[in-house]
Amino acid sequence: MSGMVEKRGAGYWLTHVGLIIGVLIIFFPIWLAFVASTVTQPEIVHPPMPLWPGDQFFNNYRSALVSGINAPVARMLANSMVMALGIALGKILISILSAFAIVYFRFPGRKVFFWLIFLTLMLPVEVRIVPTYEVVAGFGMLNSYSGLIFPLIASATATFLFRQFFMTVPDELAEAARVDGARPMRFFWDILLPMSRTNIAALFVILFIYGWNQYLWPLLITTDPDMNTIVMGIKQMFPSGDDIADWPVIMATSILAMVPPIIVVISMQKLFIRGLVDSEK
Amino acid sequence: MEKRVTFKGWMLPLCLLAPQVIITAVFFFYPAGQAVWQSMFIPDPFGLKSQFVGFGNFEFLLSDRYYRAAFATTAIFSGLVTVVSMGLALYLAVLADRLIKGSGVYRTLLIWPYAVAPAVAGVLWLFMFNTRVGVVAWYLGLLGYDWNHVLNEAEAMGLVVAASSWGRVSYNFLFFLAGLQAIPKSVIEAAAIDGARFWTRFRTIVFPLLSPTTFFLLVVNIVYAFFETFGVIHTITSGGPQQATTILVYKVFADGFVGQDLGSSAAQSVILLIVVGAMTIIQFKFVERRVHY
Repeated sequence: MSGMVEKRGAGYWLTHVGLIIGVLIIFFPIWLAFVASTVTQPEIVHPPMPLWPGDQFFNNYRSALVSGINAPVARMLANSMVMALGIALGKILISILSAFAIVYFRFPGRKVFFWLIFLTLMLPVEVRIVPTYEVVAGFGMLNSYSGLIFPLIASATATFLFRQFFMTVPDELAEAARVDGARPMRFFWDILLPMSRTNIAALFVILFIYGWNQYLWPLLITTDPDMNTIVMGIKQMFPSGDDIADWPVIMATSILAMVPPIIVVISMQKLFIRGLVDSEK
Repeated sequence: MEKRVTFKGWMLPLCLLAPQVIITAVFFFYPAGQAVWQSMFIPDPFGLKSQFVGFGNFEFLLSDRYYRAAFATTAIFSGLVTVVSMGLALYLAVLADRLIKGSGVYRTLLIWPYAVAPAVAGVLWLFMFNTRVGVVAWYLGLLGYDWNHVLNEAEAMGLVVAASSWGRVSYNFLFFLAGLQAIPKSVIEAAAIDGARFWTRFRTIVFPLLSPTTFFLLVVNIVYAFFETFGVIHTITSGGPQQATTILVYKVFADGFVGQDLGSSAAQSVILLIVVGAMTIIQFKFVERRVHY
């Protein structure tokens, strides 16, 4: 298709072939993990392992979910769910309230609060792990859900986002509410919150995945296997020393660790992309 | 920017702010302050007393061979992750952008890895290249290549780069595709009528118009490689062999929690803090420019 922009002909098929190769490469690691989760241990430890699923799907997943290796994977899934929901909902709640205060009120120190919040943008928990660990340990929050959640919602990316959105809400709405004698919280519940629905949903997708995929923090503070999250628990399933890992159960756990965030991303794809673009602006 | 219409009162807004302010004060500002404070002390071996050393920890770090090596490792690692993941993503996005129909299907398929945690990505890639059972390692063996990332430093680096880039392709793909779709088709068609071939069009028109997206992704990917790849490193190599994959964040963890060298770990945190701060400023400066673009 020399020099033309039309989309048919050899170039058209080459485009598809190129994309399909890309998709296959991207999918191969996931496919292999899935296959490994459906075969027996001997099939894996005598390489090469098969590249097509076997018949051990139910056995391996039952074994992982019910007994696991250090803790039942069902338990780790529940822990991850609590952590991810806690982080997503907690951060949205505290952020939307403070953004409302900053945008819709004039009070002493407002600017200071804004800048303090602004300072927390983008500073990941990884760089302050030791002192944060000491704070959490001091509160007796090791091996607890609050210890998993609070340090990870202590940043203001979401506040910033809500502030940007509130700035675009027409002033007439607040004016009308004020003329009608509506209290600020009435305005918040009846007008602002419903208007923010899409933003909240988009943010939820991003934060849920952020929370679900945490690794370092749960690794530090959950020493009790019953409090392990699934993402950090996988590594704990590898034996120390020279023993051979129980690959089918480990790979079944890896697949289980991917399923919830993948469902969220795929089913809420439009919101996800919007959230991604918004949260980087 | 300010709102014209506001509500009266100051008790209510302070109450609304309180949860966030308290949480960030306790779990963010206090620990960040502690990191700065601790970085100026060396605790004795029993953790009973600390000795004030000023910038001693920093001076020691900057002259420490291992820390400098970790800096170099981080630079190589994040450079490779950024180039590999952005290159692959740009290639796929350019292809998907050429389709009138069906790019949505590919997009749906290509965003999967975004949902996969870095630590899980690490386990997947470890499984493929495991020296005993890994399928890819086994087939490489058939071809006469003896893969062993447990001993070979370059192979270890290659593996953590591959696993980290894999997880990042989705993100870069989405932004590149959005960037490409925002370029007016008329501009490209005009060049096509003038006889410019695809590669020429890409080099002279598309890529320059894409530069805001590219620059943005460059910064974001470097930040990602610096901080969010801990899970990949920890699951695949634990920083080895011979610290060949010990990036800065991994060293903060290894020195602070495994080595219990709190003063040094805190000083490393402060250095990282400065690095992130600098990158954030670059990003915001750029974003401001992009708005006027």
